[in-house]
Amino acid sequence: MKKYIIGIMLLGVLVVYSLGIRHQQPKITPPTSLAANNTPSSTTSSSGTPPPTNSSSTGATSSTSQNSGGSYKDGSYTGSVGDAYYGNVQVRATISGGKITDVTFLQYPNTHSTSVYINQQAMPYLQQEAIKAQSANVNIISGATYTSQAFIQSLSSALSQA
Amino acid sequence: MKQTKLIMGMPITVEIVDNNDTRLLADTFKFFQEVDNRYSTYKTNSEITHINNGLPKSKWSAEMRQVLRLCDATKQQTDGYFDIEHEGKIDPSGLVKGWAIWEAAKRLRKRDSRNFYIEAGGDIQTYGNNAERQPWTVGIRNPFNRDEIIKVLHIKNKGVATSGTYIRGQHIYSPHQPNTSLTDVQSLTVVGQNIYEADRFATAAFAMGKDGIHFVERTEGLEGYMVDNKGTATLTTGFGEYVYA
Repeated sequence: MKKYIIGIMLLGVLVVYSLGIRHQQPKITPPTSLAANNTPSSTTSSSGTPPPTNSSSTGATSSTSQNSGGSYKDGSYTGSVGDAYYGNVQVRATISGGKITDVTFLQYPNTHSTSVYINQQAMPYLQQEAIKAQSANVNIISGATYTSQAFIQSLSSALSQA
Repeated sequence: MKQTKLIMGMPITVEIVDNNDTRLLADTFKFFQEVDNRYSTYKTNSEITHINNGLPKSKWSAEMRQVLRLCDATKQQTDGYFDIEHEGKIDPSGLVKGWAIWEAAKRLRKRDSRNFYIEAGGDIQTYGNNAERQPWTVGIRNPFNRDEIIKVLHIKNKGVATSGTYIRGQHIYSPHQPNTSLTDVQSLTVVGQNIYEADRFATAAFAMGKDGIHFVERTEGLEGYMVDNKGTATLTTGFGEYVYA
């Protein structure tokens, strides 16, 4: 059980740490609770250990100094709340097939303009899905404006259901 | 009761389930006709056409001034992405549709309609419930196949607007990159506190390309559903609240 917790902690640290590095925002510090409690220096130095946030070679992680050599166990994991300078950050990771398939921000700062700017750059983790046809049995349809020709098609099909 | 009319170059549908006074429908359509007469850039005699032909500001109607003020405010709120000026002319249609639906809905509310929707060209304001006393169901059209629905929402007392290039894209362009076609994003659906909010921000956020969904994410009161050119949808964190199927 411990190794999963460590794994999630590592993930949270990695995400926040990478945000800080990527954007070179001098005011950002990693969430202190995460950083202080769970990152012995060996962890940060072996930066290849946590799997990258996107799919990559996960099997190669066992050669590091960590005990948890294997891949992650499937499931959804919620990280602790990290208190960053600019607000709280909390993520949830979903593991599937031993890989991180999704990272969701449960909390993120949105208070002042600096944070808004950071969020704009650093929030690529909105949920995604492949579009899929659903039942067309709805009251109203939302879509972009029709051309007159498309309108005629649409209207006739709509009226046939009305 | 339910009726569809073609006004402003698009079908407008009004359904009212708790009132059978047909004057409500007639007056609503009359209002949209008046809006078209005033704001259509296609009509040679509309006020907006007169303005674009040099009508002095002192002769603009109070309503026109108000709408253009809203356009200015929206431009500021969207970092310039919402811009009604193009090639020396102004065209507020990106805001007028949502504004008109919202105005029409407020008028129905004042006349004791509690359960109804107004839809104009795919933009929607709902109130209360449908005839089955269930929340109104709103389908998001598949931008790749107009006969398909790709998401079903439950929308109560809120506005839903979808922007896209897939049918009539000429009214949306990026003011910051006017020659760039907006092909990364196929459609962007926004749910807002009302259709005025949903429509104007959907229009602006669509012009931001793939950044648009992040703009929706961080704008209070908005949720969004973006479909990109690969058929992948991106959802804002609160969008699931509206998803029925």
